[in-house]
Amino acid sequence: MIASAFEYHKPDTVDGVVSLLSKWGDDARVIAGGHSLIPVMKQRMTDISHLIDLGGIAELKGISIDGDKINIGAMTTQHELIASEALAKAAPLIREASLQIADPQVRYLGTIGGNVANGDPANDMPGLMQTLDATYYLTGPGGSREVKARDFYEAAYFTAREDEEILTAISFAKPSGGFAYEKQKRKIGDYATAAAGVMITIEGGKCKAASVALTNLSDTPVYCAAAVDALVGSSLDDATIKTAVKAAVDASDPVADTRGPVDFKKHVAGVIVKKAITSAVARA
Amino acid sequence: MNESTPPKEERMAALSGLGTSRKRVEDARFTQGKGNYVDDMKMPGMLFGDFVRSPYAHARIKSINTEAALALPGVHAVLTAADLEPLGLHWMPTLAGDKQMVLADGKVLFQGQEVAYVVADDRYIADDGIQAVVVEYEELPVLVDPFKAELDDAPVLREDIADQSEGAHGPRRHPNHIFTWESGDRAATEAVLSEAEVVAEEMIYYHRTHPCPLETCGCVASMDKVNGKLTVWGTFQAPHAVRTVASLISGIAEHNIRIVSPDIGGGFGNKVGVYPGYICAIVASIVTGVPVKWVEDRMDNLMATAFARDYWMHGKISATKEGKITGLWCHTTADHGAFDACADPTKFPAGFMNICTGSYDIPTAYLAVDGIYTNKAPGGVAYRCSFRVTEAAYFIERMIEVLAIKLGMDAADLRVKNFIQKDQFPYQSALGWEYDSGDYHTAWSKALAAVDYEGLRAEQAERLAAFNRGETRKLIGIGLSHFTEIVGAGPVKNCDILGLGMFDSCEIRIHPTGSAIARLGTISQGQGHATTFAQILASEIGIPAEDITLEEGDTDTAPYGLGTYGSRSTPVAGAATAMAGRKIRAKAQMIAAYLLEVHDNDVEWDVDRFVVKGAPERFKTMKEIAFASYSQAIPGVEPGLEAVSYYDPPNMTYPFGAYICVMEIDTDTGTTEIRQFYALDDCGTRINPMIIEGQVHGGLTEALAIALGQEIAYDEQGNVTTGTLMDFFIPTAWETPNYQTDFTETPSPHHPIGAKGVGESPNVGGVPAFSNAVHDAFKSFGLTQSHMPHDHWRIWKIANSLGLHD
Ligand SMILES: Cc1cc2nc3c(=O)[nH]c(=O)nc-3n(C[C@H](O)[C@H](O)[C@H](O)COP(=O)(O)OP(=O)(O)OC[C@H]3O[C@@H](n4cnc5c(N)ncnc54)[C@H](O)[C@@H]3O)c2cc1C
Repeated sequence: MIASAFEYHKPDTVDGVVSLLSKWGDDARVIAGGHSLIPVMKQRMTDISHLIDLGGIAELKGISIDGDKINIGAMTTQHELIASEALAKAAPLIREASLQIADPQVRYLGTIGGNVANGDPANDMPGLMQTLDATYYLTGPGGSREVKARDFYEAAYFTAREDEEILTAISFAKPSGGFAYEKQKRKIGDYATAAAGVMITIEGGKCKAASVALTNLSDTPVYCAAAVDALVGSSLDDATIKTAVKAAVDASDPVADTRGPVDFKKHVAGVIVKKAITSAVARA
Repeated sequence: MNESTPPKEERMAALSGLGTSRKRVEDARFTQGKGNYVDDMKMPGMLFGDFVRSPYAHARIKSINTEAALALPGVHAVLTAADLEPLGLHWMPTLAGDKQMVLADGKVLFQGQEVAYVVADDRYIADDGIQAVVVEYEELPVLVDPFKAELDDAPVLREDIADQSEGAHGPRRHPNHIFTWESGDRAATEAVLSEAEVVAEEMIYYHRTHPCPLETCGCVASMDKVNGKLTVWGTFQAPHAVRTVASLISGIAEHNIRIVSPDIGGGFGNKVGVYPGYICAIVASIVTGVPVKWVEDRMDNLMATAFARDYWMHGKISATKEGKITGLWCHTTADHGAFDACADPTKFPAGFMNICTGSYDIPTAYLAVDGIYTNKAPGGVAYRCSFRVTEAAYFIERMIEVLAIKLGMDAADLRVKNFIQKDQFPYQSALGWEYDSGDYHTAWSKALAAVDYEGLRAEQAERLAAFNRGETRKLIGIGLSHFTEIVGAGPVKNCDILGLGMFDSCEIRIHPTGSAIARLGTISQGQGHATTFAQILASEIGIPAEDITLEEGDTDTAPYGLGTYGSRSTPVAGAATAMAGRKIRAKAQMIAAYLLEVHDNDVEWDVDRFVVKGAPERFKTMKEIAFASYSQAIPGVEPGLEAVSYYDPPNMTYPFGAYICVMEIDTDTGTTEIRQFYALDDCGTRINPMIIEGQVHGGLTEALAIALGQEIAYDEQGNVTTGTLMDFFIPTAWETPNYQTDFTETPSPHHPIGAKGVGESPNVGGVPAFSNAVHDAFKSFGLTQSHMPHDHWRIWKIANSLGLHD
């Protein structure tokens, strides 16, 4: 349980990171909070010769709320997300979800950037970003570009990010309406058995807009378009919610692991999605 | 009493003796990070050794190439079985009369088995060295199911003893069979069963789990080539036994071996056995001439050092229609893994599993246990329990529930009907034990009243009705448990480990100014010995507990003892402490009488002094007596004030308790919530109520973990699937419920102060309480038995298979 030797770099600009990544290619990896990366290194499941610490780059940190747009720097920790009163007011869903990640010790170090860039389907924030329809900002040797969170995840640990790129920030429109992030886990510090993020806007007794996404129920986070279609325009009656829940469960594709077999996970997914929708509707 | 003598109560309070909730003296250093654990040790020139471990559960080793590892700068040596063989150390004896490979000798038998030992400048380089060792394996068929061990096509695991039809515990009927151990009267029990009005039968599985102490196992071995002395600091629950074993297997004279257990961060049975890591560190220190450290990481610990439980207990229990139990039959298939490395007294290969008649007056009983080899890690230690007692308690407390279902009786009533009566003690059990004392009916009524048992049952029925009407998805389970333990091993006439009698010891020295040091043969791993044993002494010799230093764990200074596990410290070493104190007092009486110029019999003990009978104003305090013993020539009395006692207990002690768990269960998600947990413990005389409460809280939390999720699981290929703390359940404060503790006090008649031991009761009694609550919730839907651990998906599975999901 000890990582192999590596060179440690701590540049103070994004350009500095990109040039190191370009130079060392596959042998290099950026480290943010290290709470996903270091365990993997310690088990020697990955061999990294050059570790580039993003901790020295001021521009990667911070939360800004600009009118309707919320921007969060990649190196903002989960603890900082929870602690920000402004963010809690503008997008309370973030605090609700962040409080369900790991434990305070992990959250002091774990970052939003690391959580969404990691590509692990067990992470909660990728699913959350599907719910929020967030945009990721990437910078690489060829400059900067934007990728929608809903287009970012390809398979477990495979994302639209190129090896020489880093994620600098995420942004999303200030959400409105009701929201909920529901998660079932075995204990504090565990990843989800099943989790779901939901947003619902109601106007004139009808669902005007909705968003439904799942965590750890497939090899990528799942945005449930069919569930959203079922909800939008409806009066959110029991039958509609039932249809939406079924659509979400149909969109899931969990694998058996120590948390349980597939039929169990699908069943729990249904319960969790229903809880999240019901609670979002109640808050809308 | 003269005016200067404070009242008796005041003097007693000043001692902080028996019955005082004295704060733990250990905590000042532990809570400030000032403990001194093995891994804190740094010595000049010290090297670090670590293992190449097998990725396979069963494979032949075709070759081991260490060249690349040896070529790494900072790697000093790589040991393999071939290097240990000339020393006769490639195998080592186990505590259960078997032998175990120190390093893989031709084959590996479980995932994580030690294959080679890399010795390097530090643990980082050692790990690089491990990666550089190339081992060529040829995979063999894997045996993980003990019920398939004796099939025709079963692979033979232990080729080294394949043709031995006789093992350490009698005949072996198959190469994968270790022993059959029987207790009780088979013919009589089977006759009772065949004629019984009612028989309930069930397979009760107590799954494989692991003690997982916060601090893993480790040691620092240092061979001083100048004076020929070997010192080993290690996480040893039995340092003296380790010294003797080390001497016997290494040939180093016992006086040239010093074993030291420094602070230990929890043991729970995991640190009783002898591990390859110790042997390899010792050999490496002898080879290199410098100290060598070995410390497991968490995954090593969960995968390779001693597991607990893994008992398949097939039970039959018979009764009259009215619910009077007439007989109990049990056949256990015990999965021991690749080597029989259980830590049990020699004559008890299945520990004290034959306490499985529990708290009940069962006239006829029979138990057989078959030990089986599988491709899993060796162990089978007593995880916070006396040897296999938690298995026994779980078995009987499940069988009682199963019988209650069959009889259509309330399980609390069934228990009352069958408890051993107070006036039956000392009670001879059908399986051969003599229970020292108990008052089960009183404890049980107190427990039922405390939780309002009738009210709970009414609420449960209402909930069930609401569930059936579709108004809720949650059920209530009420888990009952009345356990009887057997602890304090044990009488030398039938208890030994590797031939060493299981007595224990205490040596006391009173200093001239009236303070003292006491040394014991046990070793605390968090139990608070320095606090409680000083309290026993304070009451015995009238010196305040805070003036008594307590030392354990250094074989060069402490008297010989068999260590701490199986709740034996208080019953055995605690008794030795009281007896040594009484020797001190006897000598003090002579000195006092001399100083007071009266006959020995004319003085009497009064809390902290001897007073002249009938003349209370004439006295000598212990402090004065201590000084006199060093300063005066007293005719016929040796100078100084010291005593040592080696205590061979006449019997075990039998703590008991009544636990009730009230659980909410979500049938859709399989999640559980403990709404109430009531724990009444009777551990005889209570030395320190606060420590008892702490022990109960800790043990119950382990029980919760075991019952609700903690397991060492293997897949078909013998891979451990729960090898990290992400999957191996250790509850945090968040998952830990509030506990309501209570007590009755039934002293042990044979223990000098009546104490029975408590550290393990909550684990033993807690597991059935939690598990019975889960079963109870689903009882009305037809559930009789579902194996632990009751994690979310398994509870969901119960609901699902009972048709509770539409
Ligand atoms: C005990 C424990 C429990 C946990 N429980 C949960 C949980 O319940 N839910 C959950 O969501 N997470 C959980 N985590 C993971 C935790 O939230 C991590 O902190 C998070 O997944 C990764 O963030 P990090 O900053 O630590 O990233 P790191 O570990 O430093 O990096 C993770 C990966 O992302 C890459 N990376 C990091 N930052 C960037 C960037 N800006 N641009 C490009 N690539 C980048 C790294 O190269 C690496 O491959 C848990 C972790 C632990 C140790």
